[in-house]
Amino acid sequence: MDPQRKRKIRLIVALGVAVLLAVALVYTSFSASTEAKEPSQLLTAAPGTSYDMTGKVVRGSIRHQGEELRFRVVDREGGGESLPVTYSGTVPDPFRGGREIVLTGEMENGTFVGERDTLVTKCPSKFTTSSNDS
Amino acid sequence: MTASLGSAALALAFATMVFAVAAALLGRNGDERWVLVSRRAVYGACALLTFCVVLIEIAFATDDFSFKIVQEHSSIETPNFYKLAAMWSSQEGSLLLWAWVLSIASSLALYSTRSKLREIVPYATAVMAGIATFFTGLMLFAGGVNPFATLDPAPADGIGLNPLLQHPSMMIHPPMLYSGYVAFTIPFAFAVGALVTRRIDASWIRATRRFALIAWTFLGFGLLLGARWSYTELGWGGYWAWDPVENAALMPWLVGTAFLHSIMVQEKRGMLKVWNACLIVATFSLALLGTFLVRSGVLQSIHAFGDNTVGPYILGLIAVVLVGSTALIVSRLDDLRSEKRIDSLVSREAVFIVNNLLLVALCATIFWGTFFPLISELFTGTKSSLAAPWFDRYTTPLAILLVLFTGIGPLLAWRRVSWATAKRVFLAPAIAAGVAGVALALFTDALHKPWAFFLFVFAAFALVGIGQEFWRGAAARRKLRGGSMASALVGIVSRNRRRYGGYIVHVGVAVLLVGIAASSSFQTNRDVELRPGESAVVDGREITYKRPTVAVDADKFTFGAVLAMRQGGGAPAILRPSRRFYRPTGVPVGTISSYFDGEATSEVGLKAGIFNDFWTSVGPNISAVQRRVRAADAGFSRCVRGAPGTPPQCRAVSSLMRAAAANPALQARAARQIQALQAATAERIARSYLSDDAPATFRVIVNPLVTWMWIGGLIALAGALIAIWPGRRARRAPVADTELEALKEAKYREISDAELDHAAGKLSDEDFALLDAELRKEAVEILDGANGNGHANGAPGHDAPERSTEPV
Repeated sequence: MDPQRKRKIRLIVALGVAVLLAVALVYTSFSASTEAKEPSQLLTAAPGTSYDMTGKVVRGSIRHQGEELRFRVVDREGGGESLPVTYSGTVPDPFRGGREIVLTGEMENGTFVGERDTLVTKCPSKFTTSSNDS
Repeated sequence: MTASLGSAALALAFATMVFAVAAALLGRNGDERWVLVSRRAVYGACALLTFCVVLIEIAFATDDFSFKIVQEHSSIETPNFYKLAAMWSSQEGSLLLWAWVLSIASSLALYSTRSKLREIVPYATAVMAGIATFFTGLMLFAGGVNPFATLDPAPADGIGLNPLLQHPSMMIHPPMLYSGYVAFTIPFAFAVGALVTRRIDASWIRATRRFALIAWTFLGFGLLLGARWSYTELGWGGYWAWDPVENAALMPWLVGTAFLHSIMVQEKRGMLKVWNACLIVATFSLALLGTFLVRSGVLQSIHAFGDNTVGPYILGLIAVVLVGSTALIVSRLDDLRSEKRIDSLVSREAVFIVNNLLLVALCATIFWGTFFPLISELFTGTKSSLAAPWFDRYTTPLAILLVLFTGIGPLLAWRRVSWATAKRVFLAPAIAAGVAGVALALFTDALHKPWAFFLFVFAAFALVGIGQEFWRGAAARRKLRGGSMASALVGIVSRNRRRYGGYIVHVGVAVLLVGIAASSSFQTNRDVELRPGESAVVDGREITYKRPTVAVDADKFTFGAVLAMRQGGGAPAILRPSRRFYRPTGVPVGTISSYFDGEATSEVGLKAGIFNDFWTSVGPNISAVQRRVRAADAGFSRCVRGAPGTPPQCRAVSSLMRAAAANPALQARAARQIQALQAATAERIARSYLSDDAPATFRVIVNPLVTWMWIGGLIALAGALIAIWPGRRARRAPVADTELEALKEAKYREISDAELDHAAGKLSDEDFALLDAELRKEAVEILDGANGNGHANGAPGHDAPERSTEPV
């Protein structure tokens, strides 16, 4: 086989493998992902499906009950009905009323039950306009 | 006053950068005066931006709250150390830092190329100054991000720096990342210059590879510091969360790593020119993307961002960079043809190509996962995100292969390696990998986690392989020049900094990945609730909650625990995790309850060890304390009102309050007295916690080998510094270092590299003879070119190779 052709075949094989891997990556990412929903959308969501809930913790709603944490969240833009949440596991330092959180879990009897250790609280980060957030 | 001085300096820096762009472009056809003027303009802008930074830092140090930036990010009580770091906790301060670091890097790059690359430099100057223009212009014109914005009248105190950011890492972590992002501008700018002028040999690479390496080192060290910060401060016990902002810094680092390897192939073999151009464009665009991501709300991240004013502009810059560079590369495809072909698949350049593909695949995977919420919204209409398991599934196998190649790469010589030689150099590392595999299978439960098992085995291969490289190199040098093994080792490293520095980085990365694999696969992670005096057993360790501790001061409550951890028979280790509750900063002193309205931070109890880290944080149950605080606040407000039934001291307080309301002169005294009362009450309530017998929840993590992650990172840093450090030659004669000299130098170095490889047994005699002849022929061609093609001597090695660089 002349080297020109050999190179071409090699290139095609390599590209084929790359395309296959990319397709696998794309395919699994759609099935492995969890849908993000805001509290107002979750109020009517079907139980038994896992969601990433992104919302804002209602100030003064946080209660500790033994290991369990109970609080309410509203949409990030504020307003709307609040959603009760229960969660146990690590609570990140920045967690408190008024903070935005992301929590994976599902709905059970009108309450959003968070998966253990999936609570992410947004770092009060720099680059906010007015407040003292870093 | 100083603020308007600063604004003027900033505006002047902007104008100077605009002028530098214009002057550089006027000098593009070789008009030396314009080039000189443009270079000096960049130096001048650098001085002006330095002045701006100094002004801001002075304002922070002297609590000048007429500066908006100071008022919003610092306060009188902020420790001095953090006052200086507070600049880059702000949007505008971080933009100033960007522009300032860029002006320094550009000045250094222009200074080091002042007598080189005459055609490329004007364009590179225009690109660097253009990007600096963009960032200084952003501060001046984007609105709301001018660091010299003022407040009138100046408030008495500032809001303060968020307690979560008051960590020693704050001083170096952000500047490191920024410097890393920014320094990639330099190789990018020179690449653009090389493409525009069609001077696409390796000269632009030689001139800027040190900057690429510095950028890579800064970025990598910044990532490591961030991981460490997260591990010790954020109270969740992890160091990496696949958070978009973390990914944003990792991606340019990965592509930058690929770039650092593939430019060597272009330098030595004149191949991969298109690839290198694409890689540096990608690296720089990803660096800009990282800058953009932390300033936009497009992705959900633990790093929250509110300000969208500069995001769109940066996105615009990224678009310009991508479109412009792509057009440039496509229009220069004919000039970018490879000069040579790969000789053999068993050669260093072939392995570099594989490692490049792996690194780029890794970056592409992370990119896809990071931006998946946007992608899924585009295709399905719903925002879905990918969690850590998805990232782990794809990055783990790629990382394992990378470890293998960190070992294979150094073992192979350039161009070609005969099978016999390959077998010889692979023997010891392969045996080591086999032994490690068997030992791990027999004595540990590593087989339960096959990915981690393979990583350990490949790491053993890599470490022994690289060790063998050092050993053989030193032995070869010793044979030639005598002396001890240690001095021979120092000799080869100091003579071949780039090569052996790189090998040390490989060692560090392999060690680091072992730490990551072990700690993520074999971690024990438990939450236990204990009352004082109780014990629990976690992973064979008995932990006892000895007693609670408490402290209160003007700005925080600290609830702590004294924990004894006993493993086996030895004396118990004492750990003191605590949790701090801060008053909100920048608010006038309120009730005692306000202590629980601010940030809370965890101080981790950590017992680091060679084999295991024992990590613990405490979640104290303070509901009883909070109840008492609320009661005290209620009682206090009744007291101040002088309500009936309050104790007699109250009357004194309330009369003082009334007097203060009438007479402002008394206000300070009243405030002092109330504060003193409040402090005493807070102290009393805090003490009550000690006798509450309240349970506390402890998160306990046993992290095997995690220490090696930090050690590996530091080894890699040391290796990178060795590779960056200028060699003796460069320090001796920096000015004579013209382009041709550099080319000659590079070729001689290649010859001496081949000699070293031969002496160390990496090249067989025939391979070496062939390679040496080729290299010498190339050297002669260079010299002939230099002598204006005068007397083609033609004899291999008719000049300097032997005497220019001593062998080995």
